[in-house]
Amino acid sequence: MFRLKARPFSGGVHPKGFKELTNKQSIVKHFSPDRVYLGMQQRNGSMLHCLVAAGDSVYKGQLIAKGSTEMTVPLHSPVNGTVLEIKPYLSSHPAGIKCQTLVILNNAVNHWGVDYPPSDYRKLTPEQIVQRVLDAGVVGLGGAGFPSGIKLRLARKSHVHTLLINGGECEPYLTCDDRLMQEHAAEIIGGINMMLKAIGATKAVIAIEDNKPQAIAAMTSACEQQHNIQLKMVPSLYPMGSERHLIKAVTGLAIPPGQLSTAKGILVHNVATAKAIYQAVRFQRPLVERVITVSGDAVEKPSNLTVPIGSLVSQVLAECGGLKAEANRMIAGGPMMGQVLPSPFVPVDKSIGGLLALSDAQINKRESQDCVRCGNCVKVCPMGLMPFQMAAHSNQGDFSGAQQFGLDACLLCGACSYICPSSIPLVQYFQHAKSNVNAQRSMVQKSNLARQLTDARQQRLAKELEAKKAAKAAKRKRPARAPRNQGER
Amino acid sequence: MLNHNPIAAPHTHSGTSTTNIMYWVIAALSPAALYGVWLFGLPALLVMVSCCVTAWLCELFCLLLQNKNWQRSFDGSAWLTALLLAMSLPPTTPWWIAALGTSFAILLGKQVYGGLGHNPFNPAMLGRVMLLICFPVQLTDWRSISPPILSDNGLIFSSAWTSIDGTSAATPLADLNQIQDLATLFTGQHAGSMGETSALLIALGGVFLIWRGIIRPYIPSALLCGIVIPAAIAHLIDPSLYASPLSHLFSGGAMLAAFFIATDMVTSPTSPRGQWVFGLACGLLIWLIRSFGSYPEGVAFAVLIMNACTPVIDHYLRPTIFGMPAPFSRSKGTKS
Repeated sequence: MFRLKARPFSGGVHPKGFKELTNKQSIVKHFSPDRVYLGMQQRNGSMLHCLVAAGDSVYKGQLIAKGSTEMTVPLHSPVNGTVLEIKPYLSSHPAGIKCQTLVILNNAVNHWGVDYPPSDYRKLTPEQIVQRVLDAGVVGLGGAGFPSGIKLRLARKSHVHTLLINGGECEPYLTCDDRLMQEHAAEIIGGINMMLKAIGATKAVIAIEDNKPQAIAAMTSACEQQHNIQLKMVPSLYPMGSERHLIKAVTGLAIPPGQLSTAKGILVHNVATAKAIYQAVRFQRPLVERVITVSGDAVEKPSNLTVPIGSLVSQVLAECGGLKAEANRMIAGGPMMGQVLPSPFVPVDKSIGGLLALSDAQINKRESQDCVRCGNCVKVCPMGLMPFQMAAHSNQGDFSGAQQFGLDACLLCGACSYICPSSIPLVQYFQHAKSNVNAQRSMVQKSNLARQLTDARQQRLAKELEAKKAAKAAKRKRPARAPRNQGER
Repeated sequence: MLNHNPIAAPHTHSGTSTTNIMYWVIAALSPAALYGVWLFGLPALLVMVSCCVTAWLCELFCLLLQNKNWQRSFDGSAWLTALLLAMSLPPTTPWWIAALGTSFAILLGKQVYGGLGHNPFNPAMLGRVMLLICFPVQLTDWRSISPPILSDNGLIFSSAWTSIDGTSAATPLADLNQIQDLATLFTGQHAGSMGETSALLIALGGVFLIWRGIIRPYIPSALLCGIVIPAAIAHLIDPSLYASPLSHLFSGGAMLAAFFIATDMVTSPTSPRGQWVFGLACGLLIWLIRSFGSYPEGVAFAVLIMNACTPVIDHYLRPTIFGMPAPFSRSKGTKS
C-alpha cells in the first residue's frame, strides 16, 4: 500500500517484526547457570588483566579483571562461587577465535557480595556519578558496547543540552528493551536523572517506536512528575535505532558523517544502559547481568530473560526449552545486523542483546541474481548512498572507488541487502571493503609512526654526536678538570 | 542442523526477486497486449509469438555459450524485451522481421554486454530502431483496426483479423496536426502499433506497477511533463502548427515509454533526482523529434539517447549523503 505518513528520514525498510513472539511475556529472572565463562578480551580487542587465580572464591559483584585504560571497562563476577580455571576458550567472534577465559563455578547463592546503602544521586557530584559508572563497568547495552562513563564525561566536556534515550528497538524479534521499559520504567527514569546530573544537560527525550504501546504507557506514567523528561513516539521504521536517525526523527537535526552527536549538543543512551547506570550509581552494583531476548521460530519457548554475563548460549537456550530440529542458524543480535555465532558454546558478553534461532524458512537462503540497477538499495539507504555502485567497486577491489560513493558513511544496517530483489549480499561487500580500508589506514599510520621514530632517532644521534664533538673540543681546551666536573654533575 | 559458518547479515529478506519483478511488469503489460490482439487479429498474435520464442531461444543460446545456468532464461527479462518490441512494431510486420529484430535486441542489445543488468541501451528499443532503419517500408505500414464484431450470430471475424492483408491507414502520429478525436486516442480505437493503441490500458498497467512499488513514479511523471509542457507552450503559440498536448500524450508510444520503456531499471538512473532529469529530457526529446524530426514517432530515439546519458546522470546526480549540505555545493563527494 501507499505509505502516506511522512518519513522522519529518507530511506529505511519495514521488515516484519515478529515481536509478538516475546513482547507479552515478563522478563524471566531466576536463570542462573552452573558456571560462567568470562573472556579476558573485549570486543574491540583490548585485553583485561586478571586479578584472581584458580581456586580463589569470588562473590557476586567482585572486581575480577581490569584494563590498563579507562576505555577498557572492568569486569566483575556475575555469581558467587569459586574460580575453576583460566584457560583459552571460545569467544563470540565469528571466526571462532579463542581467548583467555576465566571459568567460575556458581554456588547458586544469589545475593550481592557487598551491599552498599542506597545513595542519593543529588548528593553526588557529576564526577562522582561518572566514576561510579566507570567502576561498575557499564557499557552501552544497545549493541556497540562503548564505555558509558567515558561517553558521559565527553558529553559534559562538550556541553550537551539534550539527553536522548533510545527506546527504538527497531530490529525484528528483539523485545528486551520493550519489556524493560514496561517493567522497570522507574529505574530507567532514575538512570536518566543521574545522567542528566552527570552531563549537566537540561532536558531528556525518550524516543519509543509506535509499535510498543505498553512501553509507551508505562514510561508515560513513570515520567509524569518529571518536567524535564519528555516522551516522543517515533514511527517504526528500520533503522530507527541508529543514533543519527533517531536524532533526525526526534529533533530534525542531521549530524554530518564523521561528527559526533555531542558536537550538536545531544547525547544518546539506550534504555537498558539507563537502568544499568541507575543500579551502578544508586547501589554501586556493577554490570554483571543483562536482559536478552531469546527468540526465533526454532526456539521452543521464546522469552526475555535476565542473563548473567558469561553464561553459555547453550545454557540460555536450554532455559528456553532448547532448539527445534529445524534450527538452521544461531544469531547474536537481531536478524538485520546480528552475527552468526560460531558455536552454541560461546559465552554471552555485555553487548549481546538477543539470541535468535532461525529455521530454513525464516532465513534468506536465495541464490543471488545479476544486479538490474533497480535502485531499490538507493531508495532504502538511510545514509543516502548508492549501495549497488559501492558493491560494484568493492567487487573489483577498487576500495577507494567505493569510498568515493560513501563507504565510510555506511552503517552496515543491511537495509539494502534486505530489499535487494537480486539477493546480492551487499553488506558482505561493504564489510570486506571496510576492513580493507581500515587495514590500509593502520598500515599508513604504522609507517608514519615508524618514520617519525626514525627521524627522532636520527635527530637524537646527531645531537649526541654534536654534544660529543663539543665535549671533545672543550676537553682539548681545558684538559685536566673539566671532565671530572661534568661527571659529577 | 545448525550451520555455524559466518554469514553476513542481514539474515532476513523482503522476499522480492528480479524474476518476480519481470513477471509483474509482463502482467501489467498484458492487458494492453491482449487488447492489441483483439484489435488487429492473428497477425498481431503471430508477431508477439515470434518475438517471444526468438527471445527465449537467443537467451538460452547465450547462457549455454557462457556456461551460465540455463534456467535463467526463464527469469522473464527476455520475454519482457520481446513483448515490448512486439508492442512497438506494426501488427502486420512479417514474423521473420520481428524475429530478426528480437534476436538483434537480445544478442547485440543485451548479451554482448554481459547479459541482464549490463546493457547500456534498452534492448527492445535497439531492436526497433534497427528494424526501422533496415526495413522502413514494413515498419511504417500501418493498418486500420478490425476488431471482431459481436452480432446475433456470435463473434464475426473480418478477413483482415485472420489474414495478414489489411487496409493500410495512417497512424495518428503522421498527421498529428489534424485535430484528433481524443476519446479515440485514449481508448485506442485507431491504427498504430499494438502497444500504442490504448493509452488507457497502458496507463492503468503503469499505475498498477507504481502501486506495487515495482517502478517509482518519478520517470513516468517527469516524462509526461517533458512532453506536455513544451507541447502546451507551442500549442498556445501556434495551434495550427503544433498539436495539442493531450493528443501528444495519448497517441503513439508516449504512455508505453513513460511507464514501461523509460522506466527500464537497467538503463535508467537510480536516484530520484536523476530519474527526474532523465524523464524530463526523454519527454522533451520525444516532443522535439515528433514536431521537428523526419520520423513521426520519436520514442525509441529519445529513449536511446537518454540511455547513453544515464551513466553521466547517475554520476552527477547522486543522492545527498545523510547530514551533508546541499547537493550541488558538494565537491569532495564527486569523483575527481
